[in-house]
Amino acid sequence: MEKRDQYGQRDFRLTATMQENKPIRWPENLSRVPYSVYADKQVRATEERHIFQGDTWNYLCLDVELDEPGKYRTTFIGETPVVVVRDNDGEVYAFENRCAHRGALIALEKSGQVENFQCVYHAWTYNRQGDLTGIAFEKGVRGQGGMPEHFCKSDHGPRKLRVAVFCGLVFGSFSDDVPPIEEYLGPEICERIERVLHKPVKVIGRFTQALPNDWKLYCENVRDSYHASLLHMFFTTFEINRLSQKGGVIVDESGGNHVSFSMIDPAAKDASYKEQGLRSDHDRYRLKDTSLLAGFDEWHDGISLQILSVFPGFVLQQIQNCLAVRQLLPKGHDRSELNWVYLGFEDDTPEQLKVRLKQSNLVGPAGFISMEDGAVGGFVQRGIAGAQDMQAIVEMGGDMVATGEGRATETSVRGFWKAYRQHMGVTE
Amino acid sequence: MIDLLSIMAFHAAYAQSIDSDQLESWPDFFTADASYRITHIENEQENLPAGIVWADSRAMLQDRVAALREANIYERQRYRHLIGIPQLLSASAESAEASTPFMVARIMATGETQLFATGVYRDRFVKVNERLLLAERVAVCDSTVTDTLMALPL
Repeated sequence: MEKRDQYGQRDFRLTATMQENKPIRWPENLSRVPYSVYADKQVRATEERHIFQGDTWNYLCLDVELDEPGKYRTTFIGETPVVVVRDNDGEVYAFENRCAHRGALIALEKSGQVENFQCVYHAWTYNRQGDLTGIAFEKGVRGQGGMPEHFCKSDHGPRKLRVAVFCGLVFGSFSDDVPPIEEYLGPEICERIERVLHKPVKVIGRFTQALPNDWKLYCENVRDSYHASLLHMFFTTFEINRLSQKGGVIVDESGGNHVSFSMIDPAAKDASYKEQGLRSDHDRYRLKDTSLLAGFDEWHDGISLQILSVFPGFVLQQIQNCLAVRQLLPKGHDRSELNWVYLGFEDDTPEQLKVRLKQSNLVGPAGFISMEDGAVGGFVQRGIAGAQDMQAIVEMGGDMVATGEGRATETSVRGFWKAYRQHMGVTE
Repeated sequence: MIDLLSIMAFHAAYAQSIDSDQLESWPDFFTADASYRITHIENEQENLPAGIVWADSRAMLQDRVAALREANIYERQRYRHLIGIPQLLSASAESAEASTPFMVARIMATGETQLFATGVYRDRFVKVNERLLLAERVAVCDSTVTDTLMALPL
């Protein structure tokens, strides 16, 4: 219907805006994803409320990064800035990085150690639990100005988060209703996290990768076991026998958390890792330095690769001896940021550390395996421009969400959308 | 004595090999047991040893070139290095240490040029058969963020 503004003029702008805001049409089936969800500011804003500030646990940092009282890190839940800090009682606290006064950031650095926090703008002070404790010139100056008598500091402060620490991973939530972390993860995901993070870790490097795509495209990529041998040609090209004939995908009850893994074929169990790079009938392409793949068996369970995700944006990676956590953060409706934290264990020998450093060439922004993942989301983001009414197909392995053995499936991608739809209140 | 001019000439040739897509000659700027690492300033300040690229042999660099040519999938792109004036930290007839600022612009297949990386090369040079080679190069980027991916080396 034609709109007219208060002066009786036709309001084209309003009409246009209303059209842009038409709701996403979700197909009933999980095997289709409307392209419009990857490129819509309204969707992005709704996700902040319903997902990141909704009933989810969001990875914040590692427990080991807050190894003393007063140590803090700043990070984000969705696009909301937050502070994570350890207090004298040994507990980890988290709250919005937003001064209650004018909304400025309370902490500006990525990390540090403090007695308390003070906003630089007007010097309002917060303790390590996020309580507003001091207001500069609260009583005024020489009897002039100051806050009114009835202004109560305890009524004001940044929103506080619930915090849960599991296996050294610190998660935060804005929700009072989100289930306890172990319930949220589900027993199989818990077990697979415990498998990797079974002793104290140490950080060996941090890298950030800016992704030219909506955050969900990376979430899908991580859960997509179908693309691995098709997009990533490194192992195939060098004819590296990965001894990884078996594998599987686990999707939790919610659909949002997953594990995909590869196992060493028991038939080839005796072959050492070092020999992996050498088997080739015609040696057109071979690695000159096979020490890249010379690992050590630290898990004793035959699992050579385990990629694990927790809804919405957390990834735990074990590729041979190469360990990392990845934190995915949305940055607007068509950009995102992937924070890599490379890990070793506190008791690593120098040789073991070196193995991890070498194998880290497989991952990260320049990783032989991972570099393509940084770009492919952008290819989709650019490809779907102008196709808002169309849909992506995620039908490999059917339209169900289920744990299974094969990896030629998009089951965990559908799992992501199952959880996404549930949080976003999609009922269609 | 290894002097400033010879190091500048080295940098120019090094940049040329990458920027003109002669990647196969890039590992030849290193000794056989050279170490090469790309990291950023915050990791360096915290003594975190990992790299975006981490190599401890020339063969690993050759493998990286082979992977870029034959295995990895990325949009066509090239770099333009601008390498600043080296600060010579120590020098003898056989070896030298230098710190040299760099800027690298990335030109994508779409035709767009963007500033991709700035930082400092922390280098240890040795002279082998009258030729200057890198025994160690740490490319310390100023930014902690890498846009999309880093295919070509710095």
